[in-house]
Amino acid sequence: MAGTAMGGTRRNPWAPWLLVAPGVLWLLAFYLLPTLALARTSVGPEGVAWYDGYQRAFTDYGQHLLRSFWYAGLATVLALLLGYPLAYVIAFRAGRAKNLLLGLVVLPFFTTFLVRTFAWKTILGDEGWLVGLLGTLHLLPSEGRLLSTTWAVIGGLTYNFLPFMILPIYVSLEKIDRRLTEAAQDLYCNALEAFRKVVLPLSLPGVFAGSLLTFIPAAGDFINAELLGSPNQKMLGSVIQGQFLTVRDYPLAAALSFVLMTIITILVLIYTRLLGTEELA
Amino acid sequence: MDPVVALDHVNKRFGDFVAVHEAHFTIGRGEFFSMLGPSGCGKTTTLRMIAGFEQPDGGRILLEGQDVSRTPPYRRNVNTVFQHYALFPHMSVRDNVAFGPRSKKVPEPEVQKRVTELLEVIRLAHLGGRKPGQLSGGQQQRVALARALVNYPSALLLDEPLGALDLKLRQAMQIELKRIQREVNITFIYVTHDQEEALTMSDRIAVMNEGRVEQIGTPQEIYHAPTTVFVAGFIGVANLLSAKIVGVMGERAVAEVAGQRVETLAPAWTAGAGAEATLMVRPERLRLAEAGPGVRARLETAVFQGPVIRAILRAADGAEVVAHVGAEAQHVALTPGQEYVLSWEAEAARLLQPSKAPHILDRSDRPTIEMAGQR
Repeated sequence: MAGTAMGGTRRNPWAPWLLVAPGVLWLLAFYLLPTLALARTSVGPEGVAWYDGYQRAFTDYGQHLLRSFWYAGLATVLALLLGYPLAYVIAFRAGRAKNLLLGLVVLPFFTTFLVRTFAWKTILGDEGWLVGLLGTLHLLPSEGRLLSTTWAVIGGLTYNFLPFMILPIYVSLEKIDRRLTEAAQDLYCNALEAFRKVVLPLSLPGVFAGSLLTFIPAAGDFINAELLGSPNQKMLGSVIQGQFLTVRDYPLAAALSFVLMTIITILVLIYTRLLGTEELA
Repeated sequence: MDPVVALDHVNKRFGDFVAVHEAHFTIGRGEFFSMLGPSGCGKTTTLRMIAGFEQPDGGRILLEGQDVSRTPPYRRNVNTVFQHYALFPHMSVRDNVAFGPRSKKVPEPEVQKRVTELLEVIRLAHLGGRKPGQLSGGQQQRVALARALVNYPSALLLDEPLGALDLKLRQAMQIELKRIQREVNITFIYVTHDQEEALTMSDRIAVMNEGRVEQIGTPQEIYHAPTTVFVAGFIGVANLLSAKIVGVMGERAVAEVAGQRVETLAPAWTAGAGAEATLMVRPERLRLAEAGPGVRARLETAVFQGPVIRAILRAADGAEVVAHVGAEAQHVALTPGQEYVLSWEAEAARLLQPSKAPHILDRSDRPTIEMAGQR
């Protein structure tokens, strides 16, 4: 009996290490080592300056870099504007339809990303019904296009990452005690002020998470630009893909990858500092 | 009485369910007014209608003489202390308390002055910088109180505010609430299902049941002079015996209980000889003797409870009777199985209109389960 009591308190000192070991090994093998290999590649072959790839990344592809962040930022803002009201309605007003609506938000994931983007290519295509309809209504000039435009790419990014915005916002709204809204109204706030002073601040962790989950993959995306854009909408992701797979300029491709990663990291750090979510939880 | 809140034949239903039926009463300035009743009796709905979260289907609600029946909560000068406090988790204690005045656009120096003043009233001035999550239940309770009181409302509405606290803290907070109410001299409208809480703090109590106000009175009136069987049974322990009125003469009446004629106060409703009635008498008013005039009953058990011996007897007609035998009467030997005579002063017994209520409604024996799992 004393033995069992002891067994409960005497812990195996190796237990925590054993628990994290598989994850650590995984990260070492599939994240850290490839990253180091990539870093090695980025400083170029023998005979050229180590910064050659990086120099070319900025001089030759600076505009693609800027465009990537501009498109990703715009897509994030659009996803937020579309996603927040939707998440709000699902969390507070949907009643019994809540699970159905959540299911619909997740539904696109049952089809792959690539197929869905191809579907948009068909919808927005020059011979498609949408262009025809808009042309008939004179909302689009003749010879006007939807496909291969900036807005097609931004729209595609917004569409593809919208669920990643909606779900975290929904979760943070769902956690908010409804009585807090009543309390705010009791304390002289109308519905809008109650939202601004209570609901919105309490949902910021969700907005924060959703924005990161949208912005980061969107900044590195190449499918949307490739399928829905023209060379004028080419994003950095496409350049990297091309350099790795077609041109086979590995040092440049690796350098571009590092530049993208670094800038995303810096932006995320700034964003975290600005929103300061650790105090909200 | 200077009325602050007046309910004028207020009705409220949710679908087929009648939540409040013909609530009609006024609450005076500076009064500590409780609405007491079991869950589902309409007390919280009534409070929410005064707060503005629900609108009455019929009748009017007047606040300081003005009809506010259709006024939204944020334009009513009443404030609520919510059941689970509903403090804003992302704001410090000071910002929580300052929330109301800031919404009302009170100048910031005045806001700060009032917040400091209220934090002193609730004795939490040293914790102003904390977040609600870093406070104990009792402290959160006091912050909720300060957040409402800082607006100097016409009336403060409290919805089972002590329900989430443990017994000891609850008793301390009852005294604290009463102190604060005297200190700020604001009308408190207090909703509770706990009779002890209502008796301890209230100036007047409205006892509610199934959407109706059964009786309004001071704690003494409610306890000593209940007007319905429900009130008699809900407050404290009551013996409720079926009786037949033999005759009424002025303030007194004679009734027949278990085959014995006993003297009582006159019935609370107009009833003549031959009418069925329920006789109510509190256990501590019963005298137990081995012989003499009175109702005969057989002793089933006697339990020593410290201040009193709790004797459970069965009358000739099968009714259970509880008697609390005080120290001065404990010379009577209490032997289970033996027959005793129960008697009482005429003014200790009341005749009530009979209802289907069971003979004994002893609230003190029942665990208060209403609070569990309401979140």
